Amino acid sequence: MIMRLSSKATTLLILAAVIAIAPFFFPSSYYFRVGSLIFVNGLAVTGLVILIGYAGQISLGHAGFAGIGAYACALAPIHLGLHPALAAILGALLSAAIAFLVGRPILRLKGYYLAVASLGFGILVSMVLSNEAQLTGGPDGMAVPELGLRAVLKAVGIDLSNTEFWYAFSGLALVLGAWLALNLYHSPTGRALRALHGSEVAARTVGVDVAHYKLVAFVISAIYASVSGSLLALQNKFITPDVAGFMHSIEMVTMAVLGGAGSVLGAILGAAILTTLPQVLTVFQEYEQLMLGLVMMLVMIFMREGLLPSVAHRIRGRGE
Amino acid sequence: MKFSATTALAGSLALVLGFAAPAFADIKIGATISETGPASFLGDPEAKTLKMLVEEINAAGGVNGEKLELVVYDDGGDPNKARTFATRLVEDDEVVAVIGGTTTGTSMAIIPVLGDAEVPFISLAGAVEIIDPVKPFVFKTPHTDRMACAKIFEDMKKNGITKIGLISGSDGFGASMHKQCLAIIGEYGIEVLADETYGPTDADMTPQLTNIKGKDGIQAVLNPGFGQGPAIVTRNYAQLAVGLPLYQSHGVASDGFIELAGAQAAEGVKLPGTALLVAGLLPENDPQRAVVVAYKEAYEKATGKPVSTFGGYAHDALRILVDAIKRAGSAEPSAIRDAIEGTSGLVGTTGTVTMSATDHLGLDLSAFRMLKIEDGGWKIVE
Repeated sequence: MIMRLSSKATTLLILAAVIAIAPFFFPSSYYFRVGSLIFVNGLAVTGLVILIGYAGQISLGHAGFAGIGAYACALAPIHLGLHPALAAILGALLSAAIAFLVGRPILRLKGYYLAVASLGFGILVSMVLSNEAQLTGGPDGMAVPELGLRAVLKAVGIDLSNTEFWYAFSGLALVLGAWLALNLYHSPTGRALRALHGSEVAARTVGVDVAHYKLVAFVISAIYASVSGSLLALQNKFITPDVAGFMHSIEMVTMAVLGGAGSVLGAILGAAILTTLPQVLTVFQEYEQLMLGLVMMLVMIFMREGLLPSVAHRIRGRGE
Repeated sequence: MKFSATTALAGSLALVLGFAAPAFADIKIGATISETGPASFLGDPEAKTLKMLVEEINAAGGVNGEKLELVVYDDGGDPNKARTFATRLVEDDEVVAVIGGTTTGTSMAIIPVLGDAEVPFISLAGAVEIIDPVKPFVFKTPHTDRMACAKIFEDMKKNGITKIGLISGSDGFGASMHKQCLAIIGEYGIEVLADETYGPTDADMTPQLTNIKGKDGIQAVLNPGFGQGPAIVTRNYAQLAVGLPLYQSHGVASDGFIELAGAQAAEGVKLPGTALLVAGLLPENDPQRAVVVAYKEAYEKATGKPVSTFGGYAHDALRILVDAIKRAGSAEPSAIRDAIEGTSGLVGTTGTVTMSATDHLGLDLSAFRMLKIEDGGWKIVE
């Protein structure tokens, strides 16, 4: 147990240290922007670690929850007069409620029903966002109000540029999200999730309510995705239905699987790689998709647990 | 993070090496364009046009004696990526102006970044929201839906048409133009007696057209739409022998539309289009003739593909920018901005551009030509 706790602390320490130290090497504020995108994606992917890595369930519609979180920040301040921060919380609650309602019937079924149903759910959300043009502005998107926290910080003497602020804020959110996910891993719920990942039959035999725990994982990961969508919307101050698009869902799962769905740090690494790759590959933009596919295939063939866990295993193996 | 920094460094190194002869005092212009993805039919000709023109300008000695350097990123039509690339252009590449935003979504996502950085931005997207209200650093080149509506209504008025039927696509383009048309139709004293819609993937519009045909007093039919819908409407319209003038929108102003609808069914259809579409038909004394013919020939020679209106938007954006840098005599973003606002009488492919502090589009209705389809080809009818 002591070993485990220290591994949790190590993960958090590495994460926090990288986030804090990296800015010293940034040549321009563009890198803060890329950094904050990594953290926003990393947060959504951390949620997927709970669903895919802990509970062994696949969702292909989590961008739908990101869309709900994002549009909550755009719509609630206009129509309900809520502060954007409260709107983000409302979005998270709404996502949780919808995940509960959608997940409850589906998760009683075995096999790939969740993947297929979540796929449909994600597409549904993105269609509603595109088609309800009078409310959401349709495919052209809509503006999102300013969070206002930067002005508050400025008043107390911390003057950050927009990109710096969002780097710090989303970095903080990611560390918090990772901390919660790691705590969950070692909780009774986490053990139940891992049990049903290993074998649903075995888990049921020892008294784990399989459907209940799957639902718990689904709802928690939906909240992560929703908060990530809210952060993206507030950061960009503009949002389009692409955030809820099918490709975004696939991207999230790919990030988790690439880095290692079973490990929070690995998944965040996956998010970092897939977020920076298009930026790095602008020179070879025509080959971007090709290289992405190649990287993915190589990881699936040679590192089936994902990048980070496989590398860690190999290093540990050599040490013994 | 280390990964990103070193590889990005290697990437920019490769980018620099890729340019033939980078003088040290180059003027750096940025662009984020949707070369791939769902909007690539817009973005691809835009990017090709920019690259071609920059080469052409540099071969002729550059601007104010300095060479242009173009940095193009492909945002794939994703507004989030477009915003990141815009940040990269102003923060990392330190460009003096940005062209791009192929779609309204990507343009709107870019605007706050460039507004904060105070770098001029010329959008290539259609929506009027981009320049209305006027933002100090934001300009655009494509005409708006509202202008197309006005052009059509003007032609109707000239022909004594006061009662019309509408059949609109329910996609983004059709819905937006439908709204814009209804907003100004009162100014022309025209009344809508029938207002029908169809879905973007519908394969038959006979029921809606039968409804319109059955209404008494309708003198003409207008079809705001994009893609294959208007071609089907045109075919059904001919099959039903409605016998009234049919107006299509600028959204289908291309040779592909005549092919899709069939020359026979499309005979007599009227629509507003740009000078670029009918480059060869413009009279010798037309002010736009020289510009559009030169662009059309250069583009078709460089790419081997037919010229499109969308590439024309990029052509105009770069011309406006280069003209502004010349007049400003400096490549300072704020000086360029002031000079763009002072653009006057610049002849582009979409029209003659004259900007002001209150008009960051600078086109009037003469930007559109009223065209009629005759014998499977275009004819200018004014």
